[in-house]
Amino acid sequence: MYKNFLRYLISAFFLLGLGTSANAEFKVGFVYVGPTGDHGWTYQHHEGRNAVEAAGIKTTFVESVPEGADAERVIRQLAQSGHDLIFTTSFGYMDPTNKVAKDFPNVKFEHATGYKREHSNVSTYSARFYEGRTLLGHIAGKMTKTNTIGYIASFPIPEVIRGINAMTLAAQKVNPNIKTKIVWVFTWYDPGKEAEAAQALIDQGADIIMQHTDSTAPVQTAEKAGVWSFGQASDMQRFAPKSILTSIIDDWAPYYVERAIAARDGTWGQQDTWHGLKEGMVAMAPYNSAMGSDLVKEVEQLQKDLASGKTHSFTGPIYDQKGNMLVAEGKVADDGMLAGMSVYVKGVEGDIPK
Amino acid sequence: MEVPLIKIEKRNDAPMALYFFTPFIAIILTILGGGIIFYILGFNPIEALKFYFITPISNLYGFSELLLKATPLCLIAIGLSFCFKSNNWNIGAEGQLTFGAIIGGGVALLFYNQDGFYILPLVILAGAIGGMIFALIPAILKTYFNTNEILVSLMLVYVSKLLLDYLVVGPWSNPEGFNFPETRQFSDSSRMPLLFEGLRIHAGIFLALAAVMLSWFILYKTYLGFQIKVSGLSLKTAKYAGFKGKTMILVVFMISGACAGIAGVGEITGPIGQLHRMISPDYGFTAIIVAFLGRLNPFGIIFASLVVALTYLGAETAQIFLQIPKYTGQVFQGMILFFLLASDYLLFFKVKILNLKKNELRH
Repeated sequence: MYKNFLRYLISAFFLLGLGTSANAEFKVGFVYVGPTGDHGWTYQHHEGRNAVEAAGIKTTFVESVPEGADAERVIRQLAQSGHDLIFTTSFGYMDPTNKVAKDFPNVKFEHATGYKREHSNVSTYSARFYEGRTLLGHIAGKMTKTNTIGYIASFPIPEVIRGINAMTLAAQKVNPNIKTKIVWVFTWYDPGKEAEAAQALIDQGADIIMQHTDSTAPVQTAEKAGVWSFGQASDMQRFAPKSILTSIIDDWAPYYVERAIAARDGTWGQQDTWHGLKEGMVAMAPYNSAMGSDLVKEVEQLQKDLASGKTHSFTGPIYDQKGNMLVAEGKVADDGMLAGMSVYVKGVEGDIPK
Repeated sequence: MEVPLIKIEKRNDAPMALYFFTPFIAIILTILGGGIIFYILGFNPIEALKFYFITPISNLYGFSELLLKATPLCLIAIGLSFCFKSNNWNIGAEGQLTFGAIIGGGVALLFYNQDGFYILPLVILAGAIGGMIFALIPAILKTYFNTNEILVSLMLVYVSKLLLDYLVVGPWSNPEGFNFPETRQFSDSSRMPLLFEGLRIHAGIFLALAAVMLSWFILYKTYLGFQIKVSGLSLKTAKYAGFKGKTMILVVFMISGACAGIAGVGEITGPIGQLHRMISPDYGFTAIIVAFLGRLNPFGIIFASLVVALTYLGAETAQIFLQIPKYTGQVFQGMILFFLLASDYLLFFKVKILNLKKNELRH
């Protein structure tokens, strides 16, 4: 112990004198919005980072970086301290990422879920989570007894509305009587609020709970109340083993490894990625056997068709709540329409908060 | 048989010089405590502490970030010192900051497509008034209805945050922003001027320094300052002396709210540039630590805000370079407060260990 301290003391003198020396090793940095142990959004990005590390590339992360004034400093510090590729994994990092990218043209930046690529060293990426929602809708339509699906939504942005619509369309196809009830919680992560929202939906007769928020509280509430639920972002099965029918898994690992290797080998180029079931960025957790083998087979087939492109989540005819046609019979919604989606389809109850 | 007995006695001869020295003791103990924690976690403590306290400010950019981070803390703590000195426990600076930012941000949004030298002063003024109004709520309730200002001001924090949520999601959200919970970017005329090209440090730091000077003048050179100090030492004496207690309570809350409001405006017109839900990482609460670490003294608060700001930056650097969990920043802030309170306690109270015979205990 005493000897160790002496050693530290000596090393301190060297460290103080030398400062941080820059080295040429290829390094990848990650900026997370939540703690690595949230079992949702950040947890999955962290899993992606682990995959990059396993591929033999050195990585660094900073967790729980607020999306305010602090984000820019953290991103800049990563760029300054010799990181060659930086993943900023939340929408709120969009402007800071672009700002820092301007000052570090030799560093590559990858921003999740954003739409601004102001400099040639900024790429954006996101996943077609709505394909997973289509599968959930199919299951929900078949499994509900009360014909009421409870949906805990975060913010009325296109991504969330797209998920609600995809789920409702798929559920209607197998059960024309279903109703989608939505509670907006205006947060991505707040176990207390999410649990209350789940309980409120259950009290209103929902026997299926699904969430577009990141904590495990909704599935745990559903488990207690004895209704079905779906996990979000990661496989939440162990938090509600009886209640969870499946989870939509965000699998960033293949993309992160591919991009890290590309950046290391000098083949990285700017792009806007939107991957889904086909590429595996959206994956499904094992289906609950309570669904019955027929339904599991049906859903697995649908999953294959969505991945191959044989089926599309938004195939016409699709109408909005007032009955106006959004997508004509036989057509599918294009990516531009999906990216800006801001109206509910027919069958969703209530109005989008304004 | 002898039994040790601990007895605590008030010291009447506590030296005032030590009173201003204990914050330094608290900081040294925190650094030592931090080193021990790093050692237990398996890091080289000297290296970890170096990344924590030296690396973040070892270049110009880092130093400017330290000042940027310390600016709102200093402003809010200056305001709080008026309240705390006069025995008014305003815990809701975070709410006053948020409400100030809402009002100031609202004015900035009114002028989002206009230019003019008068816009920024208007925005700052609006922010100060917003914070002031929000601080007046607990003050009025306290003076006229005898409510507890700690509870009222604390609960109003949530009111203001929910109001901000509502505004950025709904009526004030950027019409071209796909419903994302944020407003438009403010125009350049409502942004704080930057002091140096390429650094984020902005003119808000002069507002903080002006607040320091002004508060020193008010506290030590005016009748109001005298009232505040006397009320803090003894409310009964203040009453006996015929001070108008109610007016003073309203005034200190207004000063405190205005400072927090300006801090909020400094953030949104400085580094952020728009309103969204994450305008403050709880500066209003952290500033309470700053105020006490600075001994409620204007110049002490400058020093304390720099120290506490460094714990934020250090936590980021330590995670980047050594992957030490970022939450150690909060542990450090907690330790500073703990050691400060502990050393204050030992300064004002004596701990006596008496060895008594067992039969003496029965009395």
